[in-house]
Amino acid sequence: MIHLTIDDIPVEVEDGVTILEAARKVNINIPTLCFLKEINEMGDCRMCIVEVEGRNNFATSCIQKCEEGMVVHTHTSEVMKARKMILDLILSNHHRECLTCIRSGNCELQALADKYNIKGIEYDGEKGEHEIDDKSPSIVRDFNKCILCRRCVATCKNVQNIGAIECTKRGFDSCISTACDQSLNDVDCTLCGQCIASCPTGALHEKDNTQEVWDMIHDKDTYTIVQTAPAVRVALGEEFGLPIGTNVKGKMVTALKRLGFDKVFDTNTGADFTIMEEANEFINRITNGETMPMMTSCCPAWVRFAEKNYPDLLDHLSSCKSPHQMFGGVLKSYYAKKNNIDPEKIKVISVMPCVAKKFEKTRSEMEADGLRDVDAVITTRELARMIKQHDIEFTELEDDEFENPMGEATGAAAIFGVTGGVMEAALRTAADTLEGKDLKEINYEAVRGKEGIKKASVNIAGKEIKIVVASGLKNARIIMDEIRSGKADYQFVEIMACPGGCIMGGGQPIKSSKIRSTVDVHKLRSDAIYSIDEKSTIRKSHENPVVIEIYKEFFEKPCGHLSHKYLHTEYHEEKKYDF
Amino acid sequence: MANACENCAEKRLIEETRELLSKHEKRRDSLIKILEEVQVKYGYIPKVCQLEISDYLDMPLAEIYGVITFYSRFSLEPKGKYNVAVCLGTACFVKGSKEILEGAKEKLGINEGETTKDGKFSIDTTRCVGACGLAPVFTINDEVYGNATVKKMNEVLDEYMNKE
Amino acid sequence: MKKSLEEINAIRKKMRNELDLRINDNPSCRERHILVCNGTGCTSSKSPKIMERLNELIKEKNIDNVRVVRTGCFGLCSKGPIIIVRPEDTFYSLVKIEDCDEIINSHIIEGKIVDRLLCKDISVGKVNKLDELPFYKKQKRIVLKNCGVIDPENIDEYIAFDGYKALEKVITSMSQDEVIDEISKSGLRGRGGAGFPTGKKWSFVKVEPDGQKYVVCNADEGDPGAFMDRSVLEGDPHTILEAMTIAGYAVGANQGYIYVRAEYPIAVKRLEIAIKQAREYGLLGKGIFGTDFDFDIDIRLGAGAFVCGEETALLESIEGKRGQPRLKPPYPAHSGLWGCPTLINNVETYANITQIILNGAEWYSSIGTETSKGTKVFALGGNVNNVGLVEVPMGTTLREIIFDIGGGIPNKREFKAAQTGGPSGGCIPKQYLDTQIDYESLKSIGSMMGSGGLIVMDDTKCMVNIAKFYLEFTVSESCGKCTPCRIGTKRMLEILTKICDGLGTEEDIERLNDLAKGIVKSSVCGLGQTAPNPVLSTMKYFMDEYLEHVNDHKCRAKECKSLTQIVIDPEKCKGCDLCKKACPVGAISGEKAQVHTINQEKCIKCRSCLQTCPFKAIN
Repeated sequence: MIHLTIDDIPVEVEDGVTILEAARKVNINIPTLCFLKEINEMGDCRMCIVEVEGRNNFATSCIQKCEEGMVVHTHTSEVMKARKMILDLILSNHHRECLTCIRSGNCELQALADKYNIKGIEYDGEKGEHEIDDKSPSIVRDFNKCILCRRCVATCKNVQNIGAIECTKRGFDSCISTACDQSLNDVDCTLCGQCIASCPTGALHEKDNTQEVWDMIHDKDTYTIVQTAPAVRVALGEEFGLPIGTNVKGKMVTALKRLGFDKVFDTNTGADFTIMEEANEFINRITNGETMPMMTSCCPAWVRFAEKNYPDLLDHLSSCKSPHQMFGGVLKSYYAKKNNIDPEKIKVISVMPCVAKKFEKTRSEMEADGLRDVDAVITTRELARMIKQHDIEFTELEDDEFENPMGEATGAAAIFGVTGGVMEAALRTAADTLEGKDLKEINYEAVRGKEGIKKASVNIAGKEIKIVVASGLKNARIIMDEIRSGKADYQFVEIMACPGGCIMGGGQPIKSSKIRSTVDVHKLRSDAIYSIDEKSTIRKSHENPVVIEIYKEFFEKPCGHLSHKYLHTEYHEEKKYDF
Repeated sequence: MANACENCAEKRLIEETRELLSKHEKRRDSLIKILEEVQVKYGYIPKVCQLEISDYLDMPLAEIYGVITFYSRFSLEPKGKYNVAVCLGTACFVKGSKEILEGAKEKLGINEGETTKDGKFSIDTTRCVGACGLAPVFTINDEVYGNATVKKMNEVLDEYMNKE
Repeated sequence: MKKSLEEINAIRKKMRNELDLRINDNPSCRERHILVCNGTGCTSSKSPKIMERLNELIKEKNIDNVRVVRTGCFGLCSKGPIIIVRPEDTFYSLVKIEDCDEIINSHIIEGKIVDRLLCKDISVGKVNKLDELPFYKKQKRIVLKNCGVIDPENIDEYIAFDGYKALEKVITSMSQDEVIDEISKSGLRGRGGAGFPTGKKWSFVKVEPDGQKYVVCNADEGDPGAFMDRSVLEGDPHTILEAMTIAGYAVGANQGYIYVRAEYPIAVKRLEIAIKQAREYGLLGKGIFGTDFDFDIDIRLGAGAFVCGEETALLESIEGKRGQPRLKPPYPAHSGLWGCPTLINNVETYANITQIILNGAEWYSSIGTETSKGTKVFALGGNVNNVGLVEVPMGTTLREIIFDIGGGIPNKREFKAAQTGGPSGGCIPKQYLDTQIDYESLKSIGSMMGSGGLIVMDDTKCMVNIAKFYLEFTVSESCGKCTPCRIGTKRMLEILTKICDGLGTEEDIERLNDLAKGIVKSSVCGLGQTAPNPVLSTMKYFMDEYLEHVNDHKCRAKECKSLTQIVIDPEKCKGCDLCKKACPVGAISGEKAQVHTINQEKCIKCRSCLQTCPFKAIN
């Protein structure tokens, strides 16, 4: 153990603990800006500087390890002045549009400026002027608000192993840019949106589609159907001050109805269709000796990653569309017909934890009968924005239920929101089908949890099936390289682009660096998801009565002719750099 | 026709780059040496070459772009046929090299880092070419001109202007 | 072919004999060696062509007792191209290609010295021999020992003057600790800037557990106006290879890297040749001198980033990345190249090693001051008569360097300040001319040793403008990683520009001062931490100039254009027309022998006229 004093308080920590962590242990808060635990520990912004007795220069508390006998002062006059200078300098080169900024109220720079009582602009000088990149359907980059903390670069490079963005040029001209300053849309970016989740300011954000959705709602000729992904309900509450991991399904449904959608359905129902199709595709592949392993395809960032990086392995991907796309297809075909609605008038709006879904919906394959499966995608954050815009006191709302019949969903569908969930849901159905029984042991613990790669072997109908679950594209690459080199012997692979799965998606409420380093956000949100599963009366997709009924009435059987038309898709090699 | 030729040129560039790359180990610390060779060979680092390097070293293109834009020796645009570089090392500065730079800018009508429209001249600044004894100094390609004055430089530039 | 120890010794003996006339006077010697400087300075003024011409003439005239030798820098760059004829040591300066015939015909064939080409010194006039020049009198050459003596592209010539003897001694008779001990006792400190004790640095790397370790030579001399490292590499590349190999032996490394600026093509080429030769002789590679010690060296090119002189940025660059400094600790000795223990010293530091090993720590530590031992090479430049490379014992005063060696200020101008340490250093005013130079004394007067640029400034230099010049440099060379350096230096430059444009206020000066102090304390690396030094030191010693700029809108040196008009004093003007000819924009008019005037609208304030006026009529 190491002993030191911080602001005259004795602290005892283990070897290797930083001053920042040690200070937090005794409730001393040191401000940070570029620091993002385990992702970006560079000490570049200089906000976390502290005085260590006996040293000429300030120490960088976010990376400086504690040493025996160290005497640290975190808020001396000199330190405070220096931090203020740093903030003054950052603000002098920042497009200060707080009033109209998408991150106003949830901006780490704004919070610090407030904390350090900055009431004027100390240095007036040249400011960078950069064009905003809003070419992609998913992500907007506004470099004018970038403070060069490089959290996004570290996330893209080290967490996702993509490296689509990098610090370029140098000195005052330094900027974060893509290869040859192209749009994110045209480079190796997968549009996963993890960069947005790590940005402390408004330099990176989702493309806002809320106005489009308002227009659909307010158009009397349009029949709007909204669907929400499983991960949204366990995070939306955070935008209204509720604890992380609160399931707000009931309030969310009430709010959606108040916003004026004609129907409020659950993407989980779509997820049950996905399982029906995917589990059966898997069984077919096994029985017919087709390309193995089969890989899930519900994550559009993962699909884009595969198309750009592993075009030779695309036949491994399940041909299933993702749940909300499938659901859109079902709504505009079966549901429209059944309820006598002109499918041309239906607009399907998906509320997703994801920005890549905005891109997915624009893919040319995502349509049938000349109609787009989904007409608009908004993220959890945008939904919160709409609710606020409608002056709804969210926390005061009564609970309500999704509308029937398309609100009926299983526990299997709910767990789509976490890494391992799709695998588990598919196994539940595949096992029952292959064994021909209603199995009771349906919790596949081996695929649960936050680890990036989870390997397991399950016995189904006397067959050993090797499975692997990966989340985070860095881990996806490891698995893909194994498969490409012929070293892998898996039969079923689940991949989600965001580490931890959709609950940690790029469209979810953004958590500050401090929260991310002190709270296990993933665990809280995923506990909420598993608790939905546990509490569900039906926990296997093939037992969903609505699904059974629709197959009977419309699709006939999974992987049949009509499901191929409405529920399946195909993949093509994409140029990694398209400019 | 023009398009076809462009394709030919690009193809040749790719082939040449691959040839150049084959002499280097597939290690990321080969990058700067590779870029240096490409820069010397073409006077800049064409985009196609960047793509080839990215492929060869299995590095994201953005990272290579980040390295190119960090080091002042590398450029993304071809330089002029005659690159005028004014030394702004301290010894030259103290002897008035700023005036030489201003003079060059005025004479050629371009700023530093720019190339004239006809592609003939570009202006750069350097930090010490090592001829402090001759300060102030400017260079045109590999030729060093010492004890420079604005007038002397104008005369030299006139000579180059009359050259092909 | 790999050479055995005996073979190397045989080469040494034979070559030493052959080359004796290079260092010893020998009136009866029939042979002549014409040494032609091939440093960058003289090369710029065509010395390779001169060599070519001399060789042609020798061949034409069938002269058999003369050898033309390419050498490194002699130091007195402002007199280049320089030729020295040995053994009589005749020093010819400012030689042109056309002069070659006369040198051969008169000096070589007839034995008559070419009087008109002899070097003229500002104080003692024409001199015959190199060592008669005051420029060389107070110098002591340890680092530059071989520069200007040997052909840097010939390993045998290096071997002749005790080359690779230190390596032999180390490998065959000393333990690792004994080597480090010797270096420690010598008192040698890093010549790259901060002056960290070299022996200590070596021992830090040595104590790291065995395994992959590296030795790196920092030859990324980026300080504008400093060129001593380059001169060593160009004039004596083998001494660096030898020293690095010794370091490798001492710390337990078997791979070395020399990180050298690509802008130094001659140095790069000579290093490449030297490495090739050393490998051929088995002085680099596997089993050096028949022992089990392996060591090899590769070159890595710097691509134009001053910050790569910072050791951790340099490591990043060697790894093929953007040269952005790493936060310390961990120090490179613990975690350097690819995370392995790495020893980094700069060129000049390495250039001392072989001499310390051969002559002993005691000899070395007898040179210099209490805290700083040995010599220091300075690149003397700016407003001084003898521009060039000088090597003096630590403790020599600035006055000695500038006035005795440098020959004082040209054009009868007044000395105003000397700048040491480049963009990280400071301006030293007149009252400190008698300070004995060492690491501590320079620091105490607000400057630093730095790599060794020494720029002299006369009273036509505006100190605010000088500070601005250095800031411009730092701003363009900042890597952009940390906030204070990236934005802070830019804001400082903007304030300085405002002051130079006559738009500043006293409040701006205060703001500048606060910013400077904040940047010093909060920046990540040495570049940022020292970037404000030129501002802080000029503020300390020349605050009156700053105040004059903001309060009186006056620049006494008349360098700040917005605050100056260049006018011709009608009392002094003789109408000689020289200014008119010098003016690049035709702003000066006046008949010959009549008083001239300057059209202020046309004038670009380039001051060409000022420099040419023989009557000091222009102000």
